[in-house]
Amino acid sequence: MLIPISWLKDYVDIPADMPVELLAERLTLAGLEVGKINYIGVPQNHVPGVTVPPSDHLVWDRQKIVLGKIVEVKSHPNADRLVIAVVDYGGAALEECVTGAPNLFQYKDTGPLATPLWSPFAMEGAELWDGHSDEPKRMILKGRPLRGIYNKAMVCSEKELGLSDDHEGIMLLEEELVAGHAPGTPLQDVLGDVVLDIELTPNLARAWSVVGVAREIAALLDLELRLPPTEVLMSGPPIAGRVGITITNPELNPRFTLTLIEGVTIRPSPQWMQLRLRKAGMRPINNIVDITNYVMLETGQPLHAFDWDIIQRRAAESGANIPTIITRLPEPGESLTLLDGSVHQLDAHNLLVADTAGALSLAGIMGGLESEVQPDSRNILLEAANWNFINIRRTMQSRKITSEAGQRFSRGVHPAQAEVGLRRATELMRVLGGGTVASGIVDNYPLRPEPVVVDLPVSEVRRITGMDFTATEIAAILRRLQFGVEEHADGLRVTVPDHRLDIGTGVIGQADLIEEITRIYGYDRIPDTVMDDLLPPQRGNVALQREEWARDLLVGAGLNEVINYRLTTPEREALLTPPGAASSLPAVGYVTLANPISQDKTVMRHTLLAGLLEVAARNLRHTDRLRLFEIGSIYLPVSGQALPAEPRRLGLLLAGPRDVASWDLPAREGLHDFFDLKGVVETLLEGLHVRRVAFAPTTHGTFFPGRTAELTVNGRSAGVLGEAHPKVLRAFDLPEGLPVMLAELDLDAILDYADEMHVVQPVPTQPAVYQDLALVVNREVPAAEVEAVIRAAGGELLEDVRLFDVYTGDPIPVGQKSLAYALTFRAPDRTLTEGPVNKLRQKIVKAAQQKLGAKLRE
Amino acid sequence: MTMLDRLETLYQQASAELAQIASSEALADWERRVIGRKGEVTLLLRQTGQLPPEERAAFGKRANEIKALLSEAFARREEEIREQELARSMEEGQVDVTLPGRKVARGRLHPATQTLREVYAIWAEMGFQVYRSRDVETDEVNFGLLNMPPYHPARDMWDTFYTTEPGVILRTHTSPGQIHAMREYGENGTKPIRVILPGMCYRYEQITARSEVQFHQVEGLAIGRGIRMTDLKGTLTEFARRMYGAERRLRFRASHFPFTEPSAEVDVDCILCGGAGCNVCKYSGWLEIAGCGMVHPVVLRNGGYDPTVWSGFAFGMGPERITMLKHGIRDIRYFWGNDLRFLNQF
Repeated sequence: MLIPISWLKDYVDIPADMPVELLAERLTLAGLEVGKINYIGVPQNHVPGVTVPPSDHLVWDRQKIVLGKIVEVKSHPNADRLVIAVVDYGGAALEECVTGAPNLFQYKDTGPLATPLWSPFAMEGAELWDGHSDEPKRMILKGRPLRGIYNKAMVCSEKELGLSDDHEGIMLLEEELVAGHAPGTPLQDVLGDVVLDIELTPNLARAWSVVGVAREIAALLDLELRLPPTEVLMSGPPIAGRVGITITNPELNPRFTLTLIEGVTIRPSPQWMQLRLRKAGMRPINNIVDITNYVMLETGQPLHAFDWDIIQRRAAESGANIPTIITRLPEPGESLTLLDGSVHQLDAHNLLVADTAGALSLAGIMGGLESEVQPDSRNILLEAANWNFINIRRTMQSRKITSEAGQRFSRGVHPAQAEVGLRRATELMRVLGGGTVASGIVDNYPLRPEPVVVDLPVSEVRRITGMDFTATEIAAILRRLQFGVEEHADGLRVTVPDHRLDIGTGVIGQADLIEEITRIYGYDRIPDTVMDDLLPPQRGNVALQREEWARDLLVGAGLNEVINYRLTTPEREALLTPPGAASSLPAVGYVTLANPISQDKTVMRHTLLAGLLEVAARNLRHTDRLRLFEIGSIYLPVSGQALPAEPRRLGLLLAGPRDVASWDLPAREGLHDFFDLKGVVETLLEGLHVRRVAFAPTTHGTFFPGRTAELTVNGRSAGVLGEAHPKVLRAFDLPEGLPVMLAELDLDAILDYADEMHVVQPVPTQPAVYQDLALVVNREVPAAEVEAVIRAAGGELLEDVRLFDVYTGDPIPVGQKSLAYALTFRAPDRTLTEGPVNKLRQKIVKAAQQKLGAKLRE
Repeated sequence: MTMLDRLETLYQQASAELAQIASSEALADWERRVIGRKGEVTLLLRQTGQLPPEERAAFGKRANEIKALLSEAFARREEEIREQELARSMEEGQVDVTLPGRKVARGRLHPATQTLREVYAIWAEMGFQVYRSRDVETDEVNFGLLNMPPYHPARDMWDTFYTTEPGVILRTHTSPGQIHAMREYGENGTKPIRVILPGMCYRYEQITARSEVQFHQVEGLAIGRGIRMTDLKGTLTEFARRMYGAERRLRFRASHFPFTEPSAEVDVDCILCGGAGCNVCKYSGWLEIAGCGMVHPVVLRNGGYDPTVWSGFAFGMGPERITMLKHGIRDIRYFWGNDLRFLNQF
């Protein structure tokens, strides 16, 4: 929202010594965030303690850029396309400026002008924008001969002043703009201005106008607020009986008002109005349209002007007695062409302003093409109405259109404002359009809001704010915002003014008022305290603590944490299953976005694996070694439930060299393989003190057959780990020939068994006996089984079993392998001797023979 | 030559030889040959019995003397040689200490996780514990119970991802956790609460250097019988000074959130320019770090509390934004880009 300070000053006397930057800061702190300050010709102020972005706007030199009065226009003796403007600029003598401005040619050689022309006048040394440059470029005005006449001053175009891109002619100022100013007045004092760009939160709908902002300023600075005049000179015949209003649904249309202005002349608006509209970001069109916009910007009440002759003709053609405006919901299949030319098949809730002949406009949002004011319209039927903000919002969403009016109505405008806006606009149309106003207003007001009254105990204000406000202080602040306040013994009775809809009743209204009190009082004046309220029961979050524990263990194992988008596409996850293979991913539907913002983010993920492979592919373009993990949810719809399950997963990815290279140790040959991955998983499980863990061969579409294991914890499946299938790697654009280890584990299944209270074994006091044992078994025998047999046979004295070599080849027979173990025997209470250990060893060998067909390798 | 003469000759020769020895290998050899168990001195001593009885005592005494002298000389020489060899090895063993150290392949937490932990720790000390809730949420909890009925204008503040399941959305903020936490911990509005609610949030926004479709948020909620707006200011000020530095200045700006009232935005003076104005703070001198306010009576009521007795404050902040401010990161897309050249800087 763009608010010119000059316009605000119509309604509130901002102290002359208050820099606009300070005013902007006060507004920002009070919730009207000034996002930008636009300066027009005037310098920026530097206020201690207030930081503002530097502005590169053109500052009009107070001595060199002034108001000029052109008293005569003479022909140039040497050039047909140039004229000489004789300018009174307040100096001792008149100045002659050579100019090619086409808008002065009509005055050429007509002698001293009866009505002088006013224009911005710049003297030698003044800084201006270069009017002839296509790019913004500054220049310093220098004296020089122009076709034989020395010229050291100029009358300026809007472009040269930085007001617009218009360089077709010089800027001529209308009398109203220069009234009271003598030639030579610094131009800053005539046209200089500052425009505040304010961002409003939805609750500040009431401040979405010049008057609304002026009201906030008046409250903040404790100043008097003036309101726009509402007197209208109505000298025409009564409007009553000439037009009717039928409201079919007061909930959606609480109020509808009309005036009639006859005999107007459509023409450009006066310059002061055009300038204000442009500063506020609107394009001037003609006086009638401009007035509806101007009054909307000023009061916040949108208006709509109909061509009365078209309305009358439609009434006659449809056989109506008098024209009747009907607000109603559309007929099935009804459509409407709006004034922007768009055609709309209407939805059942799209409220219409219609007459007996059909739809006229989309209520509160945009007028229809047919009844729009035309350049030759003579008579204007002016509407100011009020609409249900929720229905306006729904309609804008469903019709996918927006408008200045619709945006204001969709945030809520108080119905009382309809008459305020209507009167202000009607009088402006009479004055600026030259018409006659029919006497009276047609006002159909079926749903007049109840006055909102809130009882506000002082104790309640103190309870919420923690500050010792007095009733008098509270009352004073609320009155500054135009609330009606009665003071009672036990508190205040507050009546909400009829420009705001944001104050509720009861305890909600109290909260609404407390916000207003603290906001105007100033948050910066509220002290800081330490909570002295009862400390609630303290609850740990075991799930989070264990998750962070797992993260620490994985980081300790040298893995980097990544966090991926949880949005993906089914197509990307489908790449995890090579063509022809059976998918091993969850066989449920996806949580699917109804309004995806991009093609690559349409559903919530089922797996972490696709994201990890994508990260790997991107990083392998510049890095050769990857050790990654991600912890996060996947999203699995549950049949019969609206909301999906969101189980936590742990994803792992290892690829590239196992070790990092250094200057004297080149990276060792070894690339990450299955056992590196398994080692990470084991380290994690060990660190979490998860017991009863098993790894078993499994198959999975995404993984290399025969290099894939399923993890089970306490018999419960806890995910899969292995080498990625080469076809999957190709599908994810990973380099050929580089094995990638992948795992996706069910974090809940693991962390459920994490043990913060694991029992610690005493440090041994007795020496151990170490023995090596190599067993030859068939190749198919899993190592885990061999170890299990050794442990079972070794019993309690066998403290540790560590596999240190796996060997195949000569002299081991084909189809067999040798597994070499380092065994540690220890008794807790005595020194073991060779004797019992040798017996145990024989027992182990025998068990291995019997259970696994193993032979001792001598 | 008598045995005694041989002994004296041996003494002279061995002493002279010892003085010439320069390596520990030669020294060990000398020790073995001269004073070792099978060394010459030992062998001579063993031959004492072959002497006439009257010479034996004198010879034995002298032989033992000599053995002791040689042993002492050996120990001295050994020490000297050790010193020499140490000095030599130190001379030869010098390294170029400016060569780079060997890289340790350490792992790292994602910066977002690191910041979340920092946030958890600060709030934990003030009695706030972590409560987590779901990413895929109902419209009702995300908006409705937070005082935003359907078509409420404030819903425009959040660009929402809707799912094909009616009434189910991706949460746009962690505020729905307020409702869950109050209902779970409040025991029908009878118990005070202090929680922080971290989680991933989603917004229908184009991904740019400044906006993401997915980001973390940490919401905080304190409910009690005597929680005041002054507490909100004091508590958040304490947090900000712990997070951004003890010397930081804070500013509370009036704002609007449908689920708090009064509401405020919290700014700290710019970490980079100290308030003088720079392009990080967009020349305002301030950086927005949190939104906050007193819990709205409707929300208290929806959480099971009587708003005439209970009060509370809530706040929300973005860990990614905190990380960006602290480390001068200009592009939020780095976070989920997972480029190791970014992640390895933490």
